[in-house]
Amino acid sequence: MSLMNWIDDRFPATKMWNDHLAKYYTPKNFNFWYFFGSLALMVLVIQIISGIFLTMHYKPDGAMAFASVEYIMRDVPYGWLIRYIHSTGATAFFVVVYLHMLRGMMYGSYKKPRELIWLFGMFIYVALMAEAFMGYLLPWGQMSYWGAQVIISLFGAIPVIGDDLTLWIRGDFVIGDATLNRFFALHVIALPFVLVFLVVAHILALHEVGSNNPDGVEIKKLKDADGVPLDGIPFHPYYSVKDIVGVVVFLFFFSIVLFYFPDGGGYLLEHANFIASDPLKTPEHIAPVWYFTPFYAILRAVPDKLMGVGTMGAAIVVLFFLPWIDRCKVKSIRYRSIVFKLNLLVFGVSFVVLGWLAMQPATEILTMFSRIFTFLYFAFFVVLFVTSKNEKTKPVPDRVTS
Amino acid sequence: MSTDMKPDSGVVDTKRRRFLVNSTSVVAAVGAGFVAVPFLSSWMPSERAKNAGAPVEVDISKLEEGRLMVVEWQSKPVWIVKRSAKTLTDLVSLDGTLSDPNSENVDQQPEYAQNANRSIKPEISVLVGICTHLGCSPTFRPEIGAADLGADWLGGFFCPCHSSKFDLAGRVYQGVPAPTNLVVPPHKYVSDNVIIVGVDGEAA
Repeated sequence: MSLMNWIDDRFPATKMWNDHLAKYYTPKNFNFWYFFGSLALMVLVIQIISGIFLTMHYKPDGAMAFASVEYIMRDVPYGWLIRYIHSTGATAFFVVVYLHMLRGMMYGSYKKPRELIWLFGMFIYVALMAEAFMGYLLPWGQMSYWGAQVIISLFGAIPVIGDDLTLWIRGDFVIGDATLNRFFALHVIALPFVLVFLVVAHILALHEVGSNNPDGVEIKKLKDADGVPLDGIPFHPYYSVKDIVGVVVFLFFFSIVLFYFPDGGGYLLEHANFIASDPLKTPEHIAPVWYFTPFYAILRAVPDKLMGVGTMGAAIVVLFFLPWIDRCKVKSIRYRSIVFKLNLLVFGVSFVVLGWLAMQPATEILTMFSRIFTFLYFAFFVVLFVTSKNEKTKPVPDRVTS
Repeated sequence: MSTDMKPDSGVVDTKRRRFLVNSTSVVAAVGAGFVAVPFLSSWMPSERAKNAGAPVEVDISKLEEGRLMVVEWQSKPVWIVKRSAKTLTDLVSLDGTLSDPNSENVDQQPEYAQNANRSIKPEISVLVGICTHLGCSPTFRPEIGAADLGADWLGGFFCPCHSSKFDLAGRVYQGVPAPTNLVVPPHKYVSDNVIIVGVDGEAA
């Protein structure tokens, strides 16, 4: 192919294709859990495309924002569809990212030599939370307003600089037009750039060391005469085709939510957000969107402002250190001890229960439960650190199992 | 020019090179720091935002005993509550259950409101209706012994966000997330029934 040669002499098109797809060798034993990385990438694309089209009709102005969203929903041709794709996409993003992270924890994908992949992934997660939070202010409804009020006030808990910091973030003495306008800029320009950059770094780091797998075996250790891993198959066409199956199943569920439950019964688009923002009146019951609720429950569980904010921050920060907290050499849960299995189970259950608790009104009994599960959340890391050093593991095979 | 610049000398003064690289980097970093200042400063409140917080005049002649009225000052809700004589006696009985019953945290009220009722006139309370925890606006709950707030509830404010409780002088209860009493804004009486919120007055 002469055209391809002409290009390859000037730009490494074929080289990149081979390095990252056609000759990127991937373990042949990927299972269900390995869909979520590629799905997260697809949701990112969905969000960017639907988001670009929303900015063509949305007005980032304190006096016009709420009405412009209603305008998109009622008057713009297919505006409702584009907006619901974007709001459902936000939820889908967190669903696949949480499952992707759980996969990493089960199979030890954060362990040496993949620590940087995990760190880039954690930065993606934090950037994604910032992106979602700022995006939620834009409809300028009651939940947008008071949710942002609470989250920005979190920074006020920082001693000495707290009050000036919140003033600087808001750009006014209360949340107002200035806040909305800058959140719009960050949501549509700054953070998407950061996210894309981090995703590229995440994938480059992955392709440098190669993918982990459900057995936690390094396939690069055993290669054939051509230097191809014995248990490796080219990503394309094998996994590109497999991932398309995942995409079809994913879009099936995505469409059910999109077309039949776009507000998710008040969990995806909260009812109070269909009322325009009112700085004088807080809605009766404030809860964040579901993907933030576990951390919100931890915040509520601590009866002290600074400690509460600190504990919530620590719940996220501790995840960054997972590669060093877990000192066990064996990667996959398949060959690890019953202690690890139970510990991870308790952690998963705690995360889900905390998420549920934050959506309930804070009664005394539920607050007590929040404290218990906050304790269990952090206990996971302590138990992991203590038990992983001399963990009783099963022998790990040399080759991947089926 | 020094000797290491001679072609083909083959000698590189790495110490000198490192010094030049480091000093260039430091100068560049300082320059970048200076350039960041205007961008970061642009996030502070604009002149227009600073001028918007003008004082507000309120006529309280129609405010009935036990009721609350809300006015907007600096885009924040300001509450004005007319308390009964019984409420004022009740307030004293709460002292043991509060974090700062004597308003000793001077940031939360002007000097002239640092008294038992946290007000200029004993019966009229003026408060900024923003929870000192995370900025929600608490709900006015004057009913005594409200079912959800306990039999010993003597009326006050309840924050729906994180369950902080305040009495009818805006004093915070112990064991709730809010760290301090509600803020009493600067205000003064221009006549018996007219208050200006946003301007300091004399002690009554």
